Amino acid sequence: MIEVEDVNFVYPNRVEALRDVSLVIKDGEFVAIMGQNGAGKTTLVKHFNGLLKPSKGVVRVDGVETTKTSVAALSRNTGFVFQNPDNQLFSETVEEEIAFALKNFGFEEEVIKKRISWALNLLGLTQYRETSPFLLSGGERKRVALASVLSWNPKTLILDEPTIGQDYQQKEKLRQFIVQMQAQGKTVIIVTHDVEFVAECSPRVLLMKEGRIVADGEGREILTTPEVLAQSSIVLPQIAQIFMKLAPLGLPKNVIDVYEAKEMVLKTLEKRRK
Amino acid sequence: MSVFDGLKFRKVYSPIHNLDPRVKFIYVCVVFVAAILFGEILPLLALFLMSLPFVLLAGVQKEWLRSLRGAAFLATFIFLVNIASSFFTSGYVLTAASVESAAAMTLRFVVLVESFSVFFLTTSPDHLGLALEQSRVPYEFAFAFTTAVRFVPVLAEEAQTIMDAQKARGLELEKGGILKRIRNYVPVLIPLIVSAIRRSLELAEAMESRAWGATKKRTNLYALKFHRGDFALLAVNVALVAVAIYVRLYLPVPTLSQLFWV
Repeated sequence: MIEVEDVNFVYPNRVEALRDVSLVIKDGEFVAIMGQNGAGKTTLVKHFNGLLKPSKGVVRVDGVETTKTSVAALSRNTGFVFQNPDNQLFSETVEEEIAFALKNFGFEEEVIKKRISWALNLLGLTQYRETSPFLLSGGERKRVALASVLSWNPKTLILDEPTIGQDYQQKEKLRQFIVQMQAQGKTVIIVTHDVEFVAECSPRVLLMKEGRIVADGEGREILTTPEVLAQSSIVLPQIAQIFMKLAPLGLPKNVIDVYEAKEMVLKTLEKRRK
Repeated sequence: MSVFDGLKFRKVYSPIHNLDPRVKFIYVCVVFVAAILFGEILPLLALFLMSLPFVLLAGVQKEWLRSLRGAAFLATFIFLVNIASSFFTSGYVLTAASVESAAAMTLRFVVLVESFSVFFLTTSPDHLGLALEQSRVPYEFAFAFTTAVRFVPVLAEEAQTIMDAQKARGLELEKGGILKRIRNYVPVLIPLIVSAIRRSLELAEAMESRAWGATKKRTNLYALKFHRGDFALLAVNVALVAVAIYVRLYLPVPTLSQLFWV
């Protein structure tokens, strides 16, 4: 469980990135943090594994204050995948890249081997085991970065802009992957601009603006309320835009999922034909 | 990164910022030469104080102090090494004169840092490039130089992100003995170097697609011109060199210990 109480954060260059932020993320939740560039999304999640410590207020992860422990200790339970994989890849092979964190956390040699195979398999990277990460494509490098964090099986997973540079198919795989993590009871937190991606996952949405949380609730509610989205300069998901216009036909306004939308439209058309 | 902070240019307007970068650079060279000419503490102290009006006029006291603080570690090191070497070579005695000469060597270093920091704090990278170009340095070199200067803060920021990313994978930079600590930085340095190379390739492509090197002779939007202040500083430079050489050749420069104990 992550508890954030009245947190303010000011960068050394005096930029106020977080203002009076309070929230609780329970175990097993799936949260999408959305907002404009510079709204404080990444700053907020960097508090969850202690990379940043609050200037004022308290952040507790599983009851432990982040100021009283190290990033390494917090990372054991909270995996953080950075936006740009090139900020972390450095090894000669994908295998060694994944082993890096496992060695840092002091896993045994045999466990490391098993974990590597497991993570590679999970993300469809097995054929690249001996390849240099620098020779892979952008999307593949991103998956290696993800695999390197998943390898130690953290309880909470933070993904910073996971959909950037991914094609539609990869995004769909990512979505399925998150669903799978959810099924295992893991907490998943994503930071993203990608409204369509969030619409298809329908998580809890936290909307940020100028360092504050301006909305917190079900994705289905927040992403279908234009007034709320407008303050963060986020456009409605395409499905929601269509259903806004379809409302006079007696269809509900709060639909964001493609599958649900399809069912509803088909049902209505069916009814009309009769 | 505090040393870099002390060299970071911030756009403000002051009489010092408006001076021609070429004259300012000559000033740096003159201070450099003068600092090398003298090994005694008094003239070095004079040189140190001479840059103060520039700092105050330019209003960059805070950044300037930070650059000095950044140099403090190396300065202490120089001082200790000098003391130690004179201590061991003169038969294990510590004299006032040897302490003073160590202090002078340290001050010499501080003077050099000071003059460079004033120069970089008050000269924009664009101005610097322009100055190089108009001093007939080939444009390729001038451009490479200004780009390098401009990318220092970008790389510093990137290094921070990389450190964060590796810490999130359980890397503890401050753990272990000295060798282990150096090795700890490998996971930070490799991504930094790779991304710097990647960035430079991208920059080269972007430049070529904007007609880099299409004509032999480039024109400039701004041209550097000497104003009254520039001539004044130039005169100061000439006078400074003349005085320094004259004093060195014809006048005895007393050390503090000679002044007080004779």
